[in-house]
Amino acid sequence: MIEVRFHGRGGQGAVTSCELMAQAAIAEGRYAQAFPSFGPERRGAPLQAYLRISDDPIRLREKIYHPNVVVVLDPALLASGAVKDGLKEDGVLVANSSKTVAEVRGQCGYSGRTAVVDAAVIAQQELGVPITNTTMLGALLKAVELVELDSLKAPLDARFGRLAEKNLAALQRAYAETEIEE
Amino acid sequence: MADEGMQSWKTLALGCAMTEPGTSRSFNTGDWRGRQRPVTDREKCIKCGACYILCPDMCYSPDTEAEEEGYWIWNGFYCKGCGICIAECPKDAIEWQDEKEEDKYGQACRT
Amino acid sequence: MAKRVGLEVSLACSEAVKLANVDVIAAYPITPQTHIVEHLSELVADGHLDAEFVPVESEHSAMSACVGSSAAGARTFTSSSAQGLALMHEILFIAPALRLPIVMAVANRSLSGPISIWNDHSDIMAERDIGWIQTFAENGQEVMDLTLHAFKVAEDHRVTLPMIVNLDGFILTHVIEPIEMPSQEEVDAYLPPFEPQQKLDIANPISMGLVGVPEVYTEARKAMLDALEKSYPVIKEHWDGFAQQFGRQYNPIETHHVDDADTVLVTMGSLGETAMTAVDEMRAAGRKVGQVRIRLWRPFPSGDFLDAISGAKTLVVMDRALSPGADSGPVATEIKSLIYATGGGPYVADFVAGLSGRDVTREDFKQMVDKAEAAAAAGDPMTFEMWGVKE
Repeated sequence: MIEVRFHGRGGQGAVTSCELMAQAAIAEGRYAQAFPSFGPERRGAPLQAYLRISDDPIRLREKIYHPNVVVVLDPALLASGAVKDGLKEDGVLVANSSKTVAEVRGQCGYSGRTAVVDAAVIAQQELGVPITNTTMLGALLKAVELVELDSLKAPLDARFGRLAEKNLAALQRAYAETEIEE
Repeated sequence: MADEGMQSWKTLALGCAMTEPGTSRSFNTGDWRGRQRPVTDREKCIKCGACYILCPDMCYSPDTEAEEEGYWIWNGFYCKGCGICIAECPKDAIEWQDEKEEDKYGQACRT
Repeated sequence: MAKRVGLEVSLACSEAVKLANVDVIAAYPITPQTHIVEHLSELVADGHLDAEFVPVESEHSAMSACVGSSAAGARTFTSSSAQGLALMHEILFIAPALRLPIVMAVANRSLSGPISIWNDHSDIMAERDIGWIQTFAENGQEVMDLTLHAFKVAEDHRVTLPMIVNLDGFILTHVIEPIEMPSQEEVDAYLPPFEPQQKLDIANPISMGLVGVPEVYTEARKAMLDALEKSYPVIKEHWDGFAQQFGRQYNPIETHHVDDADTVLVTMGSLGETAMTAVDEMRAAGRKVGQVRIRLWRPFPSGDFLDAISGAKTLVVMDRALSPGADSGPVATEIKSLIYATGGGPYVADFVAGLSGRDVTREDFKQMVDKAEAAAAAGDPMTFEMWGVKE
């Protein structure tokens, strides 16, 4: 079982990211769980969203305290201690930042495998808005092969309709541009 | 408690429903009346129907057997003797009149 | 053919209601039930479900409208949570008294105060004695399956009672997970169209909801109680039928590793899954721990429960609600009174945990087991503990 924790702010689509990934994994015949840190939705407030993917049925309803992967949608959250909290040493940090991998590592104090992409720029150019959730899925998939890219297409279509293609383009560009250091 | 017409739980209708319609028609609420009944003086009555409209037990109905149309007739089977008709009659045409116990369950009265 | 989809559990509930082809939905939105009725409203508005959606002005009106529509012979559904369920309170007693097979999903949430939108069982425990059949789901699949089962049981002429399916707010309602969605043909084969046993019909008039004078009230309550007690074999029969149709078996009391267990965890609702994983981990470490999950809460499956715990020395009950002023939480109170009648039985430790959505982890369950075993060995008084309360 792989556990992923997303850090974002209300309105940035962290919950949607988890849902799309879960739907893709389930479409592959696997088991998955996507859930938000429950509470009133407040635009701009820091929040976490959770994703579990497994080849076996998942019998757990607790939050994710020791994630294998952490995804940070908002660069301003990198310096908060919450990002590194419980992240396994052999885990992966996937960050949206215009900084280098070394600088990001310095910001959040994590020395493990780190993937960085300037998702804000990609999202702005591809989607016309700085909402990075689908873009960051490209970075996540490059860092960890959680699902096949093809499996994400149907969930993207269902979620975004005519905008699905642009989201997919942003995701694929992020996949290509993500820098990873072990 | 004394078993006065009590029914076994096994024989109650589903959800304690009343499956026979219109049973309130056979309920003799006139039994509750004291020894007085409201009587209309048709000399004073202007046929306005206030008694018919305001009676909470619908005791007044059109008198189809009277020689003159438009009067209302009282039904002692339902009248509880509340006196609303007497209080509300704009012409004070209705008054209490003593009634004998044996008349109480009698047919509708015409005065 | 069933299809496996990744779906939010709330929507799985709505889709089950759609597959049941309900006639009337009367509901008022409230967190965390909102997605259930929102999706049903969409299904009706978009023409996917031929039903009346009555957007009432309060939950009191929602349940009143449900009583009316069910009395008129319509297959009727509603859903609520916490304060909304509390606002339905007085009408909730009327539905079973009139023998109306309404189905309701309760997205369990704490009752205020302080104000809370998060999950526990305080809302439904306040409605324990309303006379509805009540089941608890542990995951999204069970929400879908128990909803279909609820219509089947409620409308059975041997039962004709309203039924609640409880699902934990947020912990289930807001989670996306795999759901086997049965086809319409499969559901139609399981659940025939609603044939009311009795209904308001101008061609054949009856009166419902009459006064129950002292000469009648006791007998009327006895008749309703008798119906609730007699629903038990029908509930089981329709779970067996469900297994034949859909391949998933449900039981009033579910067990996990109880046969040789010294200590048995007792859970109800979605945290049973976390507890099950904790039990597996303790088993792997050589501990003789098992688990009992209460699926049917009303009527309480007393015999099944006592059978399931017959070998246990210690019970670790997790309550998700307080019963202020009582000796323990509502589930433990129930269990202790059952065990007392047997004249022996295990030590019962009770932990009130997970109030207002506070996380209960595998580690918590392991610590509860340790603590309960120590208390049993020491012969401590059998009261309860508010788990994790900060002193």
